[in-house]
Amino acid sequence: MKILVCISNVPDTTSKINFTSGDTKFDTTGVQFVINPNDEFGLTRAMWFKEKQGATLHVATVGGVGTEPTIRKALAIGADEAIRIDAEPTDGYFVARQLAEIVKNGGYDLIIAGRESIDYNGGMVPGIMAALLGMNFVNTCISLEIDENKVTAIREIDGGKEKIATSLPLIIGGQKGLVLESDLRIPNMRGIMMARQKKLQVVSAIDAPQATRDISFDKPAPKGQIKMIDSGNVGELVELLHNEAKVI
Amino acid sequence: MSVLVYTESENRKFKKNAFEVAAYAFEVARIMGTSVTAIAFHAEAPEDLGGYGVSRVLNVTTDTLQTFNARAYASVIAQAAQKEDATVIVISSSTDSRFLGAILAGKLKAGYVPNVVAAPESIAPLVVRRTVFSNKGFAHSQIDAAVSIIGVSNNAFGQKENAVEATVEGFEPTTSDSDFSTKSVEIDKVPGKTTIADADIVVSGGRGLKGPENWGMIEELAAVLGAATACSKPVSDLGWRPHSEHVGQTGKPVASNLYVAIGISGAIQHLAGVSASKVKVVINSDPEAPFFKAADYGIVGDAFQVIPELIEKLKEFKAQNA
Repeated sequence: MKILVCISNVPDTTSKINFTSGDTKFDTTGVQFVINPNDEFGLTRAMWFKEKQGATLHVATVGGVGTEPTIRKALAIGADEAIRIDAEPTDGYFVARQLAEIVKNGGYDLIIAGRESIDYNGGMVPGIMAALLGMNFVNTCISLEIDENKVTAIREIDGGKEKIATSLPLIIGGQKGLVLESDLRIPNMRGIMMARQKKLQVVSAIDAPQATRDISFDKPAPKGQIKMIDSGNVGELVELLHNEAKVI
Repeated sequence: MSVLVYTESENRKFKKNAFEVAAYAFEVARIMGTSVTAIAFHAEAPEDLGGYGVSRVLNVTTDTLQTFNARAYASVIAQAAQKEDATVIVISSSTDSRFLGAILAGKLKAGYVPNVVAAPESIAPLVVRRTVFSNKGFAHSQIDAAVSIIGVSNNAFGQKENAVEATVEGFEPTTSDSDFSTKSVEIDKVPGKTTIADADIVVSGGRGLKGPENWGMIEELAAVLGAATACSKPVSDLGWRPHSEHVGQTGKPVASNLYVAIGISGAIQHLAGVSASKVKVVINSDPEAPFFKAADYGIVGDAFQVIPELIEKLKEFKAQNA
Protein backbone atom coordinates (compact mmCIF):
# COMPACT_ATOMS: atom_id res chain seq x y z
CA MET A 1 0.00 0.00 0.00
CA LYS A 2 1.26 3.44 -0.95
CA ILE A 3 0.08 6.30 1.26
CA LEU A 4 0.25 10.04 0.72
CA VAL A 5 -0.32 12.28 3.73
CA CYS A 6 -1.13 15.88 2.79
CA ILE A 7 0.22 18.37 5.27
CA SER A 8 -0.60 21.99 5.95
CA ASN A 9 1.89 24.27 7.61
CA VAL A 10 -0.15 26.24 10.18
CA PRO A 11 0.33 28.51 13.19
CA ASP A 12 0.54 26.67 16.49
CA THR A 13 -2.87 26.52 18.25
CA THR A 14 -1.72 28.96 20.94
CA SER A 15 -0.80 31.67 18.39
CA LYS A 16 -2.13 35.18 18.72
CA ILE A 17 -3.77 36.12 15.45
CA ASN A 18 -2.93 39.50 13.91
CA PHE A 19 -3.08 40.91 10.41
CA THR A 20 -0.65 43.16 8.56
CA SER A 21 -0.16 45.06 5.25
CA GLY A 22 -3.37 47.03 5.71
CA ASP A 23 -5.18 43.96 7.07
CA THR A 24 -4.59 42.01 3.86
CA LYS A 25 -2.15 39.41 5.23
CA PHE A 26 -1.72 37.20 8.25
CA ASP A 27 1.05 38.56 10.46
CA THR A 28 3.60 35.76 10.94
CA THR A 29 5.76 37.78 13.35
CA GLY A 30 6.66 35.61 16.32
CA VAL A 31 4.38 32.80 15.15
CA GLN A 32 5.51 29.21 15.49
CA PHE A 33 4.45 26.99 12.58
CA VAL A 34 3.56 23.33 13.04
CA ILE A 35 2.05 20.37 11.20
CA ASN A 36 -1.71 21.03 11.09
CA PRO A 37 -3.10 19.03 14.08
CA ASN A 38 -5.75 17.26 11.96
CA ASP A 39 -3.00 16.18 9.54
CA GLU A 40 -0.78 15.03 12.40
CA PHE A 41 -3.44 12.58 13.60
CA GLY A 42 -3.54 11.24 10.02
CA LEU A 43 0.25 11.05 9.77
CA THR A 44 0.39 9.08 13.01
CA ARG A 45 -2.24 6.63 11.74
CA ALA A 46 -0.27 6.33 8.49
CA MET A 47 2.83 5.41 10.54
CA TRP A 48 0.84 2.51 11.98
CA PHE A 49 0.08 1.25 8.45
CA LYS A 50 3.77 1.64 7.59
CA GLU A 51 4.98 -0.24 10.65
CA LYS A 52 2.29 -2.94 10.88
CA GLN A 53 1.26 -3.40 7.25
CA GLY A 54 4.44 -2.46 5.39
CA ALA A 55 2.99 0.61 3.69
CA THR A 56 5.16 3.16 1.89
CA LEU A 57 4.55 6.63 3.24
CA HIS A 58 5.01 9.92 1.42
CA VAL A 59 4.02 13.39 2.57
CA ALA A 60 3.19 16.40 0.41
CA THR A 61 2.56 20.05 1.04
CA VAL A 62 1.77 23.09 -1.06
CA GLY A 63 3.91 25.96 0.17
CA GLY A 64 7.04 28.05 -0.11
CA VAL A 65 10.52 27.15 1.09
CA GLY A 66 9.53 28.33 4.58
CA THR A 67 7.37 25.23 5.03
CA GLU A 68 10.35 22.86 4.79
CA PRO A 69 11.03 22.61 8.56
CA THR A 70 7.44 21.37 8.97
CA ILE A 71 7.85 18.76 6.20
CA ARG A 72 11.20 17.71 7.67
CA LYS A 73 9.41 17.09 10.93
CA ALA A 74 7.06 14.68 9.12
CA LEU A 75 10.13 12.92 7.71
CA ALA A 76 11.68 12.83 11.18
CA ILE A 77 8.49 11.23 12.52
CA GLY A 78 8.94 8.51 9.90
CA ALA A 79 7.63 9.40 6.43
CA ASP A 80 9.83 7.93 3.67
CA GLU A 81 9.80 10.79 1.18
CA ALA A 82 8.42 14.31 0.90
CA ILE A 83 7.14 16.45 -1.94
CA ARG A 84 6.79 20.20 -1.77
CA ILE A 85 4.75 21.90 -4.45
CA ASP A 86 6.26 25.32 -4.73
CA ALA A 87 3.27 27.70 -4.54
CA GLU A 88 1.40 29.76 -1.98
CA PRO A 89 -1.66 27.83 -0.74
CA THR A 90 -4.24 30.63 -0.78
CA ASP A 91 -7.24 28.79 -2.25
CA GLY A 92 -8.65 25.32 -1.56
CA TYR A 93 -9.49 24.55 -5.19
CA PHE A 94 -5.99 25.49 -6.35
CA VAL A 95 -4.36 23.40 -3.60
CA ALA A 96 -6.58 20.40 -4.36
CA ARG A 97 -5.64 20.58 -8.05
CA GLN A 98 -1.93 20.56 -7.15
CA LEU A 99 -2.26 17.60 -4.79
CA ALA A 100 -4.51 15.71 -7.21
CA GLU A 101 -1.74 15.96 -9.79
CA ILE A 102 0.72 14.37 -7.33
CA VAL A 103 -1.79 11.59 -6.58
CA LYS A 104 -2.40 10.93 -10.28
CA ASN A 105 1.29 10.57 -11.01
CA GLY A 106 2.23 8.77 -7.81
CA GLY A 107 -0.14 5.80 -7.85
CA TYR A 108 -1.25 6.20 -4.24
CA ASP A 109 -3.83 3.84 -2.71
CA LEU A 110 -4.64 5.95 0.33
CA ILE A 111 -4.54 9.72 0.66
CA ILE A 112 -4.86 11.15 4.14
CA ALA A 113 -5.56 14.84 4.63
CA GLY A 114 -6.94 16.68 7.64
CA ARG A 115 -10.62 17.50 8.05
CA GLU A 116 -9.55 21.14 7.84
CA SER A 117 -6.48 23.28 8.38
CA ILE A 118 -6.71 25.24 11.60
CA ASP A 119 -5.68 28.50 9.89
CA TYR A 120 -8.21 29.19 7.12
CA ASN A 121 -10.62 26.37 8.11
CA GLY A 122 -11.63 25.73 4.49
CA GLY A 123 -12.06 21.99 4.99
CA MET A 124 -12.40 21.36 1.28
CA VAL A 125 -9.09 20.09 -0.10
CA PRO A 126 -9.66 16.34 0.38
CA GLY A 127 -13.26 16.54 -0.91
CA ILE A 128 -12.32 18.50 -4.02
CA MET A 129 -9.49 16.04 -4.69
CA ALA A 130 -11.94 13.15 -4.36
CA ALA A 131 -14.24 14.76 -6.94
CA LEU A 132 -11.37 15.55 -9.32
CA LEU A 133 -9.98 12.01 -9.09
CA GLY A 134 -13.28 10.13 -8.80
CA MET A 135 -12.06 8.46 -5.61
CA ASN A 136 -13.90 7.25 -2.53
CA PHE A 137 -13.88 9.79 0.28
CA VAL A 138 -14.64 9.72 3.99
CA ASN A 139 -14.57 13.02 5.87
CA THR A 140 -14.25 13.70 9.63
CA CYS A 141 -12.75 10.22 9.85
CA ILE A 142 -12.08 9.00 13.41
CA SER A 143 -11.21 5.37 12.74
CA LEU A 144 -9.64 3.63 9.75
CA GLU A 145 -8.97 -0.09 9.27
CA ILE A 146 -7.69 -1.56 6.02
CA ASP A 147 -7.66 -5.25 5.11
CA GLU A 148 -6.24 -5.81 1.62
CA ASN A 149 -8.55 -3.65 -0.47
CA LYS A 150 -11.39 -3.52 2.05
CA VAL A 151 -11.84 -0.42 4.20
CA THR A 152 -13.84 0.04 7.37
CA ALA A 153 -13.99 3.64 8.51
CA ILE A 154 -15.90 5.55 11.16
CA ARG A 155 -16.79 9.16 10.63
CA GLU A 156 -18.00 11.64 13.19
CA ILE A 157 -21.49 12.98 12.50
CA ASP A 158 -23.41 15.65 14.40
CA GLY A 159 -24.34 13.94 17.65
CA GLY A 160 -22.76 10.56 16.98
CA LYS A 161 -20.83 8.44 14.54
CA GLU A 162 -21.33 6.45 11.36
CA LYS A 163 -19.57 3.27 10.31
CA ILE A 164 -18.71 3.15 6.63
CA ALA A 165 -17.62 0.34 4.32
CA THR A 166 -15.66 1.24 1.23
CA SER A 167 -12.54 0.27 -0.70
CA LEU A 168 -9.18 1.56 -1.88
CA PRO A 169 -8.21 3.85 -3.48
CA LEU A 170 -9.53 6.19 -0.83
CA ILE A 171 -9.15 9.75 0.42
CA ILE A 172 -9.91 10.62 4.02
CA GLY A 173 -10.28 13.87 5.91
CA GLY A 174 -8.87 12.89 9.28
CA GLN A 175 -9.06 14.37 12.75
CA LYS A 176 -8.54 13.58 16.43
CA GLY A 177 -9.77 10.07 17.07
CA LEU A 178 -7.86 8.46 14.19
CA VAL A 179 -5.24 7.97 16.88
CA LEU A 180 -5.20 9.10 20.49
CA GLU A 181 -3.56 12.36 21.45
CA SER A 182 -1.08 10.30 23.49
CA ASP A 183 -0.08 8.35 20.36
CA LEU A 184 1.28 11.47 18.64
CA ARG A 185 5.04 11.22 18.19
CA ILE A 186 7.78 13.64 18.98
CA PRO A 187 10.70 13.11 16.57
CA ASN A 188 13.76 11.63 18.28
CA MET A 189 17.37 12.51 17.48
CA ARG A 190 17.81 9.47 15.23
CA GLY A 191 14.66 10.41 13.29
CA ILE A 192 15.85 13.98 12.89
CA MET A 193 19.27 12.82 11.63
CA MET A 194 17.68 10.35 9.20
CA ALA A 195 15.25 12.98 7.93
CA ARG A 196 18.19 14.99 6.62
CA GLN A 197 19.09 12.13 4.26
CA LYS A 198 15.55 11.57 3.02
CA LYS A 199 14.33 12.80 -0.33
CA LEU A 200 12.50 16.13 -0.32
CA GLN A 201 11.44 16.76 -3.87
CA VAL A 202 10.42 20.27 -4.91
CA VAL A 203 8.06 20.46 -7.87
CA SER A 204 6.57 23.41 -9.72
CA ALA A 205 2.86 24.09 -9.47
CA ILE A 206 0.64 23.18 -12.41
CA ASP A 207 -1.56 25.80 -14.01
CA ALA A 208 -4.83 25.92 -12.07
CA PRO A 209 -7.36 28.65 -11.32
CA GLN A 210 -7.81 30.31 -7.95
CA ALA A 211 -11.52 29.95 -7.25
CA THR A 212 -11.51 32.26 -4.21
CA ARG A 213 -9.29 34.84 -2.59
CA ASP A 214 -9.26 36.67 0.70
CA ILE A 215 -9.34 40.41 0.08
CA SER A 216 -8.95 41.56 3.66
CA PHE A 217 -9.15 40.43 7.27
CA ASP A 218 -10.40 41.77 10.55
CA LYS A 219 -10.59 40.66 14.14
CA PRO A 220 -13.59 40.14 16.41
CA ALA A 221 -14.69 43.23 18.33
CA PRO A 222 -13.27 43.25 21.85
CA LYS A 223 -15.55 41.71 24.41
CA GLY A 224 -17.55 44.08 26.61
CA GLN A 225 -17.24 44.09 30.36
CA ILE A 226 -18.28 40.90 32.13
CA LYS A 227 -21.08 41.09 34.67
CA MET A 228 -20.20 39.21 37.85
CA ILE A 229 -22.94 37.62 39.91
CA ASP A 230 -22.54 36.65 43.54
CA SER A 231 -22.53 32.89 44.05
CA GLY A 232 -25.12 33.38 46.79
CA ASN A 233 -27.52 35.00 44.36
CA VAL A 234 -27.82 32.55 41.46
CA GLY A 235 -31.39 33.71 40.80
CA GLU A 236 -29.97 36.96 39.45
CA LEU A 237 -28.26 35.05 36.64
CA VAL A 238 -31.58 33.53 35.58
CA GLU A 239 -33.16 36.98 35.67
CA LEU A 240 -30.35 38.54 33.56
CA LEU A 241 -30.39 35.73 31.01
CA HIS A 242 -34.13 36.23 30.60
CA ASN A 243 -34.53 40.01 30.72
CA GLU A 244 -31.18 41.37 29.58
CA ALA A 245 -29.55 38.74 27.33
CA LYS A 246 -32.95 37.37 26.26
CA VAL A 247 -31.57 33.89 25.66
CA ILE A 248 -33.94 31.93 27.93
CA MET B 1 -30.85 31.41 -13.08
CA SER B 2 -32.12 30.88 -9.56
CA VAL B 3 -30.25 30.53 -6.29
CA LEU B 4 -30.11 26.86 -5.27
CA VAL B 5 -30.23 25.87 -1.61
CA TYR B 6 -29.67 22.39 -0.18
CA THR B 7 -32.09 21.91 2.70
CA GLU B 8 -31.15 19.05 5.01
CA SER B 9 -33.61 16.75 6.65
CA GLU B 10 -33.42 13.90 9.11
CA ASN B 11 -36.09 11.22 9.26
CA ARG B 12 -37.91 13.21 6.56
CA LYS B 13 -38.19 16.34 8.75
CA PHE B 14 -36.25 19.50 7.93
CA LYS B 15 -33.41 20.30 10.28
CA LYS B 16 -33.37 23.74 11.87
CA ASN B 17 -30.47 24.80 9.66
CA ALA B 18 -32.60 24.09 6.55
CA PHE B 19 -34.74 27.14 7.33
CA GLU B 20 -31.71 29.28 8.07
CA VAL B 21 -29.96 28.45 4.78
CA ALA B 22 -33.26 28.96 2.93
CA ALA B 23 -33.58 32.43 4.48
CA TYR B 24 -29.97 33.16 3.51
CA ALA B 25 -30.60 32.03 -0.07
CA PHE B 26 -33.66 34.28 -0.20
CA GLU B 27 -31.52 37.26 0.80
CA VAL B 28 -28.97 36.45 -1.95
CA ALA B 29 -31.79 36.00 -4.50
CA ARG B 30 -33.37 39.27 -3.43
CA ILE B 31 -30.12 41.17 -4.09
CA MET B 32 -29.64 39.34 -7.41
CA GLY B 33 -33.25 39.89 -8.45
CA THR B 34 -34.04 36.21 -8.80
CA SER B 35 -35.80 33.44 -6.86
CA VAL B 36 -34.83 30.48 -4.69
CA THR B 37 -35.07 26.82 -5.62
CA ALA B 38 -34.44 24.25 -2.90
CA ILE B 39 -33.21 20.70 -3.31
CA ALA B 40 -34.48 18.33 -0.62
CA PHE B 41 -34.34 14.57 -0.11
CA HIS B 42 -37.47 12.70 0.96
CA ALA B 43 -38.81 15.75 2.78
CA GLU B 44 -42.15 15.12 4.47
CA ALA B 45 -43.40 18.71 4.18
CA PRO B 46 -41.34 20.39 1.42
CA GLU B 47 -43.87 23.23 1.11
CA ASP B 48 -42.80 24.47 4.57
CA LEU B 49 -39.76 26.05 2.91
CA GLY B 50 -42.11 28.64 1.40
CA GLY B 51 -42.17 30.29 4.81
CA TYR B 52 -38.51 31.16 4.35
CA GLY B 53 -38.62 32.46 0.80
CA VAL B 54 -38.26 29.29 -1.30
CA SER B 55 -40.42 29.45 -4.46
CA ARG B 56 -39.71 25.99 -5.81
CA VAL B 57 -38.72 22.77 -4.12
CA LEU B 58 -37.16 19.85 -5.98
CA ASN B 59 -37.99 16.98 -3.67
CA VAL B 60 -35.98 13.87 -4.49
CA THR B 61 -37.82 10.66 -3.62
CA THR B 62 -35.51 8.11 -5.22
CA ASP B 63 -35.41 5.00 -3.00
CA THR B 64 -31.62 4.73 -2.93
CA LEU B 65 -31.31 8.32 -1.69
CA GLN B 66 -33.24 7.99 1.56
CA THR B 67 -30.19 8.19 3.78
CA PHE B 68 -27.33 10.64 3.48
CA ASN B 69 -24.49 9.65 1.18
CA ALA B 70 -22.12 12.54 0.51
CA ARG B 71 -20.99 11.50 -2.94
CA ALA B 72 -24.45 10.58 -4.21
CA TYR B 73 -26.07 13.68 -2.71
CA ALA B 74 -23.34 15.90 -4.18
CA SER B 75 -23.97 14.35 -7.57
CA VAL B 76 -27.71 15.04 -7.29
CA ILE B 77 -27.18 18.63 -6.15
CA ALA B 78 -24.77 19.17 -9.05
CA GLN B 79 -27.46 17.93 -11.44
CA ALA B 80 -30.03 20.23 -9.86
CA ALA B 81 -27.61 23.17 -10.17
CA GLN B 82 -27.15 22.42 -13.85
CA LYS B 83 -30.89 22.04 -14.44
CA GLU B 84 -31.58 25.33 -12.66
CA ASP B 85 -28.55 27.05 -14.21
CA ALA B 86 -27.71 28.14 -10.66
CA THR B 87 -24.63 30.31 -10.19
CA VAL B 88 -24.97 30.46 -6.40
CA ILE B 89 -25.53 27.40 -4.19
CA VAL B 90 -26.19 27.82 -0.48
CA ILE B 91 -25.51 25.04 2.05
CA SER B 92 -25.20 24.81 5.84
CA SER B 93 -22.11 24.20 7.98
CA SER B 94 -23.30 20.88 9.38
CA THR B 95 -20.88 17.97 9.25
CA ASP B 96 -22.85 16.44 6.37
CA SER B 97 -23.06 19.66 4.36
CA ARG B 98 -19.35 20.33 4.75
CA PHE B 99 -18.68 16.75 3.64
CA LEU B 100 -20.69 17.08 0.43
CA GLY B 101 -19.89 20.78 -0.13
CA ALA B 102 -16.26 20.01 -0.91
CA ILE B 103 -17.19 17.21 -3.33
CA LEU B 104 -19.70 19.52 -4.98
CA ALA B 105 -17.06 22.25 -5.34
CA GLY B 106 -14.77 19.76 -7.08
CA LYS B 107 -17.52 18.54 -9.41
CA LEU B 108 -18.65 22.03 -10.44
CA LYS B 109 -15.18 23.67 -10.33
CA ALA B 110 -16.90 26.09 -7.99
CA GLY B 111 -15.52 28.62 -5.54
CA TYR B 112 -16.57 27.34 -2.12
CA VAL B 113 -16.48 29.58 0.94
CA PRO B 114 -17.58 27.94 4.21
CA ASN B 115 -18.16 29.49 7.67
CA VAL B 116 -19.93 32.53 6.21
CA VAL B 117 -21.42 34.75 8.91
CA ALA B 118 -23.36 37.44 7.03
CA ALA B 119 -25.28 38.22 3.86
CA PRO B 120 -22.99 38.94 0.86
CA GLU B 121 -21.17 42.28 0.95
CA SER B 122 -21.38 42.44 -2.81
CA ILE B 123 -22.82 40.23 -5.55
CA ALA B 124 -20.64 41.09 -8.58
CA PRO B 125 -18.01 40.17 -7.61
CA LEU B 126 -19.42 37.95 -4.87
CA VAL B 127 -17.80 38.85 -1.55
CA VAL B 128 -18.71 37.24 1.77
CA ARG B 129 -17.49 37.52 5.33
CA ARG B 130 -16.37 34.30 6.98
CA THR B 131 -14.54 33.22 10.10
CA VAL B 132 -10.90 32.12 9.86
CA PHE B 133 -8.27 30.98 12.36
CA SER B 134 -10.94 29.11 14.31
CA ASN B 135 -12.98 32.25 15.03
CA LYS B 136 -9.95 34.33 16.00
CA GLY B 137 -10.43 36.40 12.83
CA PHE B 138 -12.66 37.16 9.86
CA ALA B 139 -11.86 37.20 6.15
CA HIS B 140 -13.66 39.03 3.38
CA SER B 141 -13.48 36.44 0.63
CA GLN B 142 -14.15 36.97 -3.04
CA ILE B 143 -15.31 34.14 -5.27
CA ASP B 144 -13.88 34.26 -8.77
CA ALA B 145 -15.38 31.07 -10.22
CA ALA B 146 -18.48 30.80 -12.44
CA VAL B 147 -20.32 28.90 -9.70
CA SER B 148 -20.21 29.93 -6.03
CA ILE B 149 -20.97 27.74 -3.02
CA ILE B 150 -21.67 29.57 0.22
CA GLY B 151 -21.57 27.56 3.45
CA VAL B 152 -23.54 29.50 6.05
CA SER B 153 -22.25 29.30 9.61
CA ASN B 154 -24.66 27.78 12.08
CA ASN B 155 -26.89 30.33 13.81
CA ALA B 156 -25.13 33.27 12.09
CA PHE B 157 -27.97 34.52 9.89
CA GLY B 158 -31.11 33.37 11.67
CA GLN B 159 -34.28 31.69 10.43
CA LYS B 160 -35.76 34.83 8.92
CA GLU B 161 -39.27 34.34 7.66
CA ASN B 162 -40.28 35.49 4.16
CA ALA B 163 -43.56 33.86 3.20
CA VAL B 164 -43.91 32.95 -0.47
CA GLU B 165 -45.95 30.29 -2.23
CA ALA B 166 -43.75 27.24 -2.73
CA THR B 167 -44.44 24.82 -5.56
CA VAL B 168 -43.14 21.31 -5.06
CA GLU B 169 -41.78 19.26 -7.95
CA GLY B 170 -40.33 15.81 -8.15
CA PHE B 171 -36.77 15.51 -9.37
CA GLU B 172 -35.33 12.32 -10.75
CA PRO B 173 -31.58 12.47 -10.85
CA THR B 174 -29.40 9.88 -12.52
CA THR B 175 -27.06 8.01 -10.22
CA SER B 176 -24.33 5.50 -10.94
CA ASP B 177 -22.86 2.63 -8.90
CA SER B 178 -19.75 4.67 -8.14
CA ASP B 179 -21.95 7.22 -6.32
CA PHE B 180 -22.60 4.50 -3.73
CA SER B 181 -19.11 3.06 -3.41
CA THR B 182 -18.93 4.28 0.20
CA LYS B 183 -21.73 2.63 2.16
CA SER B 184 -23.19 3.47 5.52
CA VAL B 185 -23.13 0.32 7.64
CA GLU B 186 -24.34 1.59 10.98
CA ILE B 187 -25.25 4.88 12.63
CA ASP B 188 -24.60 5.30 16.33
CA LYS B 189 -26.59 8.27 17.56
CA VAL B 190 -28.93 8.84 20.46
CA PRO B 191 -32.29 9.59 18.82
CA GLY B 192 -33.93 12.85 19.79
CA LYS B 193 -30.91 14.18 21.70
CA THR B 194 -30.06 17.82 20.97
CA THR B 195 -26.68 17.97 19.24
CA ILE B 196 -24.04 20.66 19.68
CA ALA B 197 -24.49 21.64 16.03
CA ASP B 198 -28.24 22.27 16.36
CA ALA B 199 -28.51 23.53 19.92
CA ASP B 200 -29.61 27.03 20.91
CA ILE B 201 -28.01 26.44 24.30
CA VAL B 202 -24.90 24.41 25.13
CA VAL B 203 -23.88 23.41 28.66
CA SER B 204 -20.24 22.45 28.88
CA GLY B 205 -18.15 20.93 31.67
CA GLY B 206 -14.41 20.95 32.31
CA ARG B 207 -11.87 19.34 34.57
CA GLY B 208 -13.20 21.40 37.46
CA LEU B 209 -15.98 18.83 37.75
CA LYS B 210 -13.40 16.36 39.05
CA GLY B 211 -14.73 13.19 37.41
CA PRO B 212 -17.23 11.65 35.00
CA GLU B 213 -19.44 10.58 37.92
CA ASN B 214 -20.29 14.26 38.46
CA TRP B 215 -21.86 14.79 35.03
CA GLY B 216 -25.34 14.09 36.32
CA MET B 217 -25.85 17.73 37.27
CA ILE B 218 -24.53 18.88 33.88
CA GLU B 219 -27.05 16.61 32.17
CA GLU B 220 -29.78 17.86 34.46
CA LEU B 221 -28.94 21.51 33.82
CA ALA B 222 -28.91 20.79 30.09
CA ALA B 223 -32.28 19.06 30.33
CA VAL B 224 -33.84 22.03 32.14
CA LEU B 225 -32.47 24.42 29.51
CA GLY B 226 -33.20 22.15 26.53
CA ALA B 227 -29.49 22.31 25.86
CA ALA B 228 -26.84 20.05 24.35
CA THR B 229 -23.96 18.87 26.56
CA ALA B 230 -20.33 19.50 25.68
CA CYS B 231 -16.92 19.30 27.33
CA SER B 232 -13.40 20.69 27.23
CA LYS B 233 -10.47 18.93 25.56
CA PRO B 234 -8.88 17.54 28.76
CA VAL B 235 -12.22 15.97 29.70
CA SER B 236 -12.46 14.14 26.37
CA ASP B 237 -8.75 13.22 26.47
CA LEU B 238 -9.27 11.71 29.94
CA GLY B 239 -12.16 9.70 28.51
CA TRP B 240 -14.71 11.21 30.92
CA ARG B 241 -16.87 12.17 27.95
CA PRO B 242 -16.93 11.06 24.27
CA HIS B 243 -14.85 12.95 21.74
CA SER B 244 -18.00 14.05 19.92
CA GLU B 245 -18.68 16.34 22.90
CA HIS B 246 -15.25 18.01 22.76
CA VAL B 247 -15.62 21.65 21.74
CA GLY B 248 -12.74 23.89 20.78
CA GLN B 249 -10.21 24.34 18.04
CA THR B 250 -9.53 20.65 17.37
CA GLY B 251 -13.02 19.62 18.46
CA LYS B 252 -16.39 20.97 17.44
CA PRO B 253 -17.11 24.66 17.02
CA VAL B 254 -20.02 26.07 19.01
CA ALA B 255 -22.21 28.88 17.71
CA SER B 256 -25.12 28.71 20.13
CA ASN B 257 -27.15 31.59 21.55
CA LEU B 258 -26.05 30.70 25.07
CA TYR B 259 -22.93 28.84 26.15
CA VAL B 260 -22.55 27.88 29.79
CA ALA B 261 -19.01 26.84 30.81
CA ILE B 262 -18.66 25.07 34.13
CA GLY B 263 -15.25 24.31 35.60
CA ILE B 264 -13.50 25.25 32.34
CA SER B 265 -10.54 27.60 32.79
CA GLY B 266 -10.61 28.81 29.16
CA ALA B 267 -7.51 27.79 27.20
CA ILE B 268 -7.05 29.89 24.06
CA GLN B 269 -8.03 26.92 21.85
CA HIS B 270 -11.27 26.44 23.79
CA LEU B 271 -12.13 30.14 23.67
CA ALA B 272 -11.59 30.15 19.90
CA GLY B 273 -13.91 27.20 19.41
CA VAL B 274 -16.80 28.72 21.34
CA SER B 275 -16.32 32.40 20.53
CA ALA B 276 -19.10 32.40 17.92
CA SER B 277 -21.61 31.81 20.72
CA LYS B 278 -23.61 34.94 21.42
CA VAL B 279 -23.84 34.92 25.22
CA LYS B 280 -21.33 33.16 27.45
CA VAL B 281 -21.73 32.32 31.11
CA VAL B 282 -18.72 31.14 33.12
CA ILE B 283 -18.95 29.37 36.45
CA ASN B 284 -15.57 28.67 38.00
CA SER B 285 -14.08 28.50 41.49
CA ASP B 286 -10.92 30.26 40.32
CA PRO B 287 -11.48 34.03 39.96
CA GLU B 288 -8.32 34.20 37.82
CA ALA B 289 -9.64 31.73 35.19
CA PRO B 290 -8.95 33.31 31.76
CA PHE B 291 -12.47 32.45 30.60
CA PHE B 292 -13.89 35.30 32.74
CA LYS B 293 -12.21 37.76 30.35
CA ALA B 294 -14.14 36.33 27.40
CA ALA B 295 -17.53 35.91 29.06
CA ASP B 296 -20.67 38.03 29.47
CA TYR B 297 -21.75 36.74 32.87
CA GLY B 298 -19.64 35.12 35.54
CA ILE B 299 -20.02 33.45 38.89
CA VAL B 300 -17.01 32.69 41.05
CA GLY B 301 -18.05 29.72 43.09
CA ASP B 302 -18.05 26.00 43.67
CA ALA B 303 -19.89 24.28 40.83
CA PHE B 304 -21.20 21.65 43.25
CA GLN B 305 -23.11 24.37 45.11
CA VAL B 306 -23.90 26.76 42.26
CA ILE B 307 -25.22 24.26 39.70
CA PRO B 308 -27.86 22.52 41.87
CA GLU B 309 -29.08 25.96 42.92
CA LEU B 310 -29.11 27.18 39.33
CA ILE B 311 -31.17 24.13 38.35
CA GLU B 312 -33.69 24.94 41.11
CA LYS B 313 -33.95 28.60 40.07
CA LEU B 314 -34.39 27.64 36.42
CA LYS B 315 -37.15 25.20 37.34
CA GLU B 316 -38.92 27.95 39.28
CA PHE B 317 -38.45 30.32 36.35
CA LYS B 318 -39.89 27.77 33.95
CA ALA B 319 -42.84 27.09 36.21
CA GLN B 320 -43.63 30.82 36.34
CA ASN B 321 -43.19 31.37 32.61
CA ALA B 322 -44.86 28.19 31.45
